[in-house]
Amino acid sequence: MFQPMRGIAASMSSAARSVWLFYYDGFRRMTVGKTLWLIILIKLFIFFVVMKLLFFPNLLQRDFDNDEQRAAHVRNELLRK
Amino acid sequence: MTVVDWSRWQFALTAIYHWLFVPLTLGLSVIVAVMESLYLKTKSEKWLAATKFWMTLFGINFAIGVATGIILEFEFGTNWSNYSWFVGDIFGAPLAIEGLLAFFMEATFVAVMFFGWGKVSPGFHLAATWLTAIGASISALWILVANAWMQNPVGMEFDPAQMRNVMDNFWALFSGTAIFKFLHSVFSGWALAGVFVVGVSAWFFYKKRNTAFATRSIKVGAWIGLIGLLLTMYTGDGSAVEVTKTQPMKLAAMEGLYNGSKSQAICAVGIVNPDKRWDNDEKPYLLDISIPYGLSILAKHDPNAYVQGITDIVKGIDVNEKGDTINTVGYAERIKLGKLSHEALRRYDLARTSRDEAGMREAEKELREYYPYFGYGYFDSVDEAIPPVGVTFYSFRVMVGLGTYFLLYFLVALLAVYKGDWFARHRWMQWVAMLSVPFMWVCSEAGWVVAEVGRQPWTVQDLLPTKAAISEISSSSVITTFWMFAGIFTVLLVAEVSIMLRQISKKSYLNLETDNAH
Repeated sequence: MFQPMRGIAASMSSAARSVWLFYYDGFRRMTVGKTLWLIILIKLFIFFVVMKLLFFPNLLQRDFDNDEQRAAHVRNELLRK
Repeated sequence: MTVVDWSRWQFALTAIYHWLFVPLTLGLSVIVAVMESLYLKTKSEKWLAATKFWMTLFGINFAIGVATGIILEFEFGTNWSNYSWFVGDIFGAPLAIEGLLAFFMEATFVAVMFFGWGKVSPGFHLAATWLTAIGASISALWILVANAWMQNPVGMEFDPAQMRNVMDNFWALFSGTAIFKFLHSVFSGWALAGVFVVGVSAWFFYKKRNTAFATRSIKVGAWIGLIGLLLTMYTGDGSAVEVTKTQPMKLAAMEGLYNGSKSQAICAVGIVNPDKRWDNDEKPYLLDISIPYGLSILAKHDPNAYVQGITDIVKGIDVNEKGDTINTVGYAERIKLGKLSHEALRRYDLARTSRDEAGMREAEKELREYYPYFGYGYFDSVDEAIPPVGVTFYSFRVMVGLGTYFLLYFLVALLAVYKGDWFARHRWMQWVAMLSVPFMWVCSEAGWVVAEVGRQPWTVQDLLPTKAAISEISSSSVITTFWMFAGIFTVLLVAEVSIMLRQISKKSYLNLETDNAH
């Protein structure tokens, strides 16, 4: 009963290791890719940490507790404009 | 400038920068996949070297461009929160699918594309390359379905309790507007990438390095580009027919047409009269060279068909298929009906607050009746409902004019590589091929300007104008982030161009006839 389970777990672990090695080796051998990854990481930091957190809050999520309040706010806004 | 203007400029800026990267990803991925297919078929290292060269440039563009579109979603939540709520799950569902698909397909297959050489079988690698190309197009599909819904809102019902449009038919989202917009955008990416490949290859001729590689690249790039451009033109024609049906005002603005007629000519080249309004007798053009029957054919595929102009639409004048003049709902009437829909919504709100179920039902019934004109209720004059004619008119001509030029460009490029050694012999041809590259981006961006400026004053056609879609925020915060984005995106663009140029230059010294080059 437990023998097949162990076999499955072992093959899953082996597959995960292969995937890990595939990506690890790929990243290690990169040349221009390293510069590009640096750009991607800086860009993601600026977008998600600086811009999103400091400048782009989701106003309806931030200012209201539930959908009913959000709907009421938008209704007021759209009828006021 | 108001907060609406700044927010619109900010959205335009981010969308335009985003679209600098996207079409090259869409097109170059297909070109790389075709080259790799040729490698697998011929087993020639020459094709393998070409595949890897263009794959490197694809990778640079992909890496720099990835996530630039996410900024647009940030702006929805902050600058356009009324809009975000109002469009509800209709906009959210396609974008969520896009996010998941893009992440899983791209993270998996792009990795195999770049890391998999020699580690997976050649067939599996080729499949990953094609799936990357297909995945990029599928990502575009969902974004464009969402955009098409803003142009032609279908498949939903407005729920005043939730204050949002609720999707009631998912498949209706795949309207003619969406399908043509998707195909038009994707195929234009093929054309853009074709011009890029031909232009970069011309540089190899200019430097007299790896000219055999450059010839091979031009053959693939120009064929894909030509096929892409012809399909762009075909789907552009389909888009024009859809616009005529669903956004006749946009079509009239594209043409600077005020008083339509049967067998309507199209202005091929012209200068619109800035003093012309829908309600005066000024000439519409200061100068125009027209093609007889052109607009009737473009808009309705019938040389004798009637096409409405701006004045006709504002006054509610149309001609049916039998040729009889009929009255439609004019803009003054639409504004009146729009205000009635607002009044009904107000009564619905009051009834809801006082828990008056019968009052709610009655108000909702009236709201539904007038809802198709809901957005017009925000206007005080019909002038507010007319898009900027000049920008729409000229952008359309820039797009079509450059598109026609690039048709010639691909034909000459193919002749040059099949009929003789023209690229090697003619310096001017190398220069023209190289200098044309940025104009393909101008052409592509002009298409978006036509689509988006022509849609004005709406964010959602007929239902929500931009001035109502905006959040209650200050101009100063939008101005700050506008300039921040301008700076960040410019840095990204400079990084992309400089890394690409460095890679092209570096690899041009290698022997690109064998795989040893990589």
